[in-house]
This record gives sequence, C-alpha cells and structure tokens, in this order.
Amino acid sequence: MIQNFPIFIVIIPLITAFLIPLIGWWRKKYCCYISIFSTLLIFIISIFLLSSVIDSDTIRYHIGGWEPPYGIEYVVDHLSVFMIILIAFISLIITLYSKKSVEKELSDNIVAFYTLFMLLITGLLGIVITGDLFNLYVFLEISSLAAYALIAVGEKRDALVASFNYLIIGTIAACFILLGIGFLYMVTGSLNMADLSTILSETYTLYPKVVLAAMIFFIVGLSIKIALFPLHVWLPNAYTHAPSVVSAIIAALMTKVGAYVMIRIMFTVFGIYFVTDVIPVTDILSVVAAFAIIIGSINAIAQTDIKRMLAYSSVSQIGYIVLGIGLANQTGLLGGVLHILNHAFMKGCLFLAVGAIIYKTGIRNIYDFQGLGRKMPYTMAAFSIAAISMVGIPPLCGFFSKLFLALGAIESGDWKWIFALVILLSSLLNAGYFLRVLEKAWFGKSYHEDMDEVPKSMLIPTLILAAGCILLGIFVFIPLPFIGSIANILI
Amino acid sequence: MPLEWILDKYNYWISAALMLIGFYAMISKKNFIKKIIGMTIFQTAIILFYVSIADVEGGAAPILVPGKYVYVNPLPHVLMLTAIVVGVSTTAVALSLIMKIYKKYGSIEEDKILEAR
Repeated sequence: MIQNFPIFIVIIPLITAFLIPLIGWWRKKYCCYISIFSTLLIFIISIFLLSSVIDSDTIRYHIGGWEPPYGIEYVVDHLSVFMIILIAFISLIITLYSKKSVEKELSDNIVAFYTLFMLLITGLLGIVITGDLFNLYVFLEISSLAAYALIAVGEKRDALVASFNYLIIGTIAACFILLGIGFLYMVTGSLNMADLSTILSETYTLYPKVVLAAMIFFIVGLSIKIALFPLHVWLPNAYTHAPSVVSAIIAALMTKVGAYVMIRIMFTVFGIYFVTDVIPVTDILSVVAAFAIIIGSINAIAQTDIKRMLAYSSVSQIGYIVLGIGLANQTGLLGGVLHILNHAFMKGCLFLAVGAIIYKTGIRNIYDFQGLGRKMPYTMAAFSIAAISMVGIPPLCGFFSKLFLALGAIESGDWKWIFALVILLSSLLNAGYFLRVLEKAWFGKSYHEDMDEVPKSMLIPTLILAAGCILLGIFVFIPLPFIGSIANILI
Repeated sequence: MPLEWILDKYNYWISAALMLIGFYAMISKKNFIKKIIGMTIFQTAIILFYVSIADVEGGAAPILVPGKYVYVNPLPHVLMLTAIVVGVSTTAVALSLIMKIYKKYGSIEEDKILEAR
C-alpha cells in the first residue's frame, strides 16, 4: 500500500475529476463534498510521504514496473514532497472556501468548475512528482488547459478574452518547452531527469550548441509560464477577470509550480556548474528578476482595482522567487524556496479575503474600501495580516524569505549586494500600495455601520491562511532545516 | 557546401520554417481564428521535428518483420501521439472560447474587441 502512494497522489484527483460530472448529473451539491474528500485524502497521503522522505530518503516509483530510463519514473525527493504538501494544503483550504463563493458566482457551472479544479490539481501534483521530462510537459499542459478553462468558466466577456490571450501565450511557452525537450532527447536519447543529469556534462562537450539551445528554450518557455517580468502580459488580465476562487488557486499555486520546474530544470537536469559557469543564465535571471520586482511593485501602485493590484504584486513576488533561483547559492535558494511557501500562503489569503469582500459587497475599487474594517472585521483582519506580511514586517513570514534573499545576495559577493537594496526598495513600494488600502479600510469614514460578515465556510479558510502567515513567521525554525536540506541537495 | 548543408537536412529546415510561420501568425494576426491556425502550424512543425529526430537511415517501420534489422526509433512517434492529443485539446478549448467570445462581442477581430471593452 504505502509504496504505491506516489501514484495515488496523481490518480485520486484524476478519478475525482471524472466522478464529479456523474455525481453532479445526479445532485449538484455533492460536487463540493467529493472535492473536499478528495483533497483531504491527498493531504493525508502527502503527510505520509513527507514522513517517509524524512525517515528514509527519496522514494522512486516505477510506473508499470518499467525500469528507468525506459519507463516513466515518479520521484519524491525533498523538494517534490515540499511542493506536494503545499499544493495539497492550499487546494484543501480553497476547496473548503469554494462552496458558497462558487454557488453565488458560478451558479450555472458548478459541475464544470469542480471538474476543472480537480484536473488542475492533477496537473500541478503531476508536475512536481514526475521524474520524466515528457511526462512533465503533459502535466504542464493538463494544468494549463484546466487553468484556461477555469478563467473562462464565469463566462464574463472580459474573462473570455483574458483566457484566450493566456491560451495563446501559454501555448507558445508550451511549444518552446516541447522543443527544448526535443533538443535534449536528440543528443542524449533519454527523457529521465536523473539519467539526463549524468549524461549531459559529457554530451555538452560533443554538441554544445544543441544543449545551449535546449537550455534557452526551457528558460524562455518557463519564464512565460511563471510570468517573469517582460513576459508577464497575460497575468494581470487573467487574475483580474477570473472568478475569485480561481484567482486564488492560480495565484497561489500555478506560478509556484512553474518556479519549481525552473529549479528542477536548472539545478537537477542541467546542474549548477552548467547554469553558472558555462552560460551565466543565473546572472541574467537575477537581473531580470530585479527589474520584475521593482516594475511589478510600481505598476501595482498605479492600480485602483484591488484584484489587478494583487496581480501586479504577484509579478513582483515572482521576481523574488526567481531572484532566489538566480543567486545560485544556498542561502539565496533557501530564501527563494521559502518564498514559494510564504507567498502561496500570503497571496492565497489576500485573494480569498478579496473574494469574500466581493462576495458580500461587490466592491473592487480601492477607494470604495472606506470603513470596510468595521463592516467585515475578520475578513479585513486576515487581509491586513497577509498584507503586512507581504511588506515584510518582522514576526510575519514574508520577512524571513526576504531576509534570506538579502543575505544570499550579500553572500554572493561582487556586485550582487545591489539586489539587497532592490529587496529593501521593493518592500517600501509594497508598503506603499498595501498601507493605502489598509488605511482606507480601518481609518476611513465609514458608510457601513453594521457588522456584516461572510458565511463561516468562507471566513474560516481565510483565517487559517492568515494564521499560517503568523505561525510560519514565528515558528520559521521548524520548516527551515527541511528547506535548508532542499537547497543543500540541489546546489 | 552550404547548398548540401541545406539539402541534407531539408526536413529540419522545413520544420523550422513552419515553426516561424506559425509563431508569426500567432503573435501578429488580429483575427482569433487565424491565431489558432498559426498555433496548429506551430504544433505540427514540432511534430515534424520530432519525427525527423526518430529517422534512421534505411530504417523500417518499428514493427517486427522477418529480415529487417534496422528500425526507426519508435519513442518520438509515441511521444508525438501524446503531443497530438495535447494539441487537439488546446485547439478545442481555444475554439470553444472563440465561440463564446463571438456570442458576447459579435466579433472575433482583436481590434473590435479592444474597442468594445
């Protein structure tokens, strides 16, 4: 039983995705419960996987009993299990939250929403667990296709165009990644990541141009998928016009999984020596990331729509994660991976809180937030905690990832200390756009006198994520050794 | 030498040319259907590229036939079967989005939709 857990992680949401239309045909309201059951099951299994990875080392599962490099292999190592736990937990929280919100916002498409939602989770979990490059591409496309459809599921006209543009750009990215895989297969004859990493150093001496081309296709394709600064055009519209729950899941998980793939490709497949010494991909990425951090924050200040503001804030936060990857030392990568965790909690909480506000009042413009703190105190409290954490005030979790990123920047020497200044500047900009909202909500003149909170099923998940922001800050020393060992294994 | 260099690898040149045509159509055409046509050309060009990788000089189709000992590599073909499925699903999602867009806006030209917003 326990040795089959890696495949269950992918199979359970996939089967659920096909069960939901059948059950939804009979009774629509059961769709939500079966999704909750399925995500809970995944979460429990992922905890077993975590304990098993900590006790004994990496778990390798050969699908159909075919030995790698011929068969597809699922690998659960430290980084994978970290991502699996994160995806399972956030999707469990969001499924709990989704019931009321989906009933109101997507009343015609409840069944379609849950089916696509489960397919999205299948894709995301598949990406982080697979050890085979082509399998990774397939899961990437499963999750992307589910995401395109999820953005459009509300059938609002802006959302349809945003989804279509995302589809075009996302498909270009997927084609680049597929070409990259093709180039690697051409010169190595292998698709298994562990196998590739041993073959590639030898292959590079024989066919340097092909390997470089593959590298560049991967980096450009993944940069589009994670919306790194100059390639981020699809993101603001997609996040703004998607239904609230969908914005939350995509903002919290989609881009993080893209960042995971980037770490995998750069450090596991190509190896640290290749990306720093042979071709300075990491330096280029960190400079681009610095621009992403600053320009994303400046754009966020200019927005009046709260969801669009959070979307641009995501562009800048992606910059932090890529900066952590680009620094290519242990402290920096630790900061980057820690920021994947923290940002999933913070941005998830922010989008859930905004979803709750839209559910109750329909307010999207920041200037209408006047006195909202008195009307919806708990929701706004959760929003405030996540926002302050995003700025990086010490006891909250956002501070620690920024601290490690800054330390990593200083540690890497030469001219890279300048990134520490970028992080500081961006924190000030973050404070600029978040405190503006908080000031209006808590100290603005109140139009709404009575307290009028959202239903508990929406409030509690939001508060859990807000509590997560505090706990991950105060008890940062608990996940830190584990994340340290991730960085240690990769570099 | 350059002529031979081009002629010897003509399949790669054709697939690269098709990729660029598809890529150009995807990013520059204003009509949504034309964008999708570009996308399909791009994906098909990649399929051609993979099938070219698989080719072995004088190889037979990878089926067990008596008297044949050289086969082309079947793995890229199998990969491309999956890629075709992915491509078809992408096209299906895109076309259904275009249908919805046409219902809401009454047009599938990017300029008119930007005006209507």
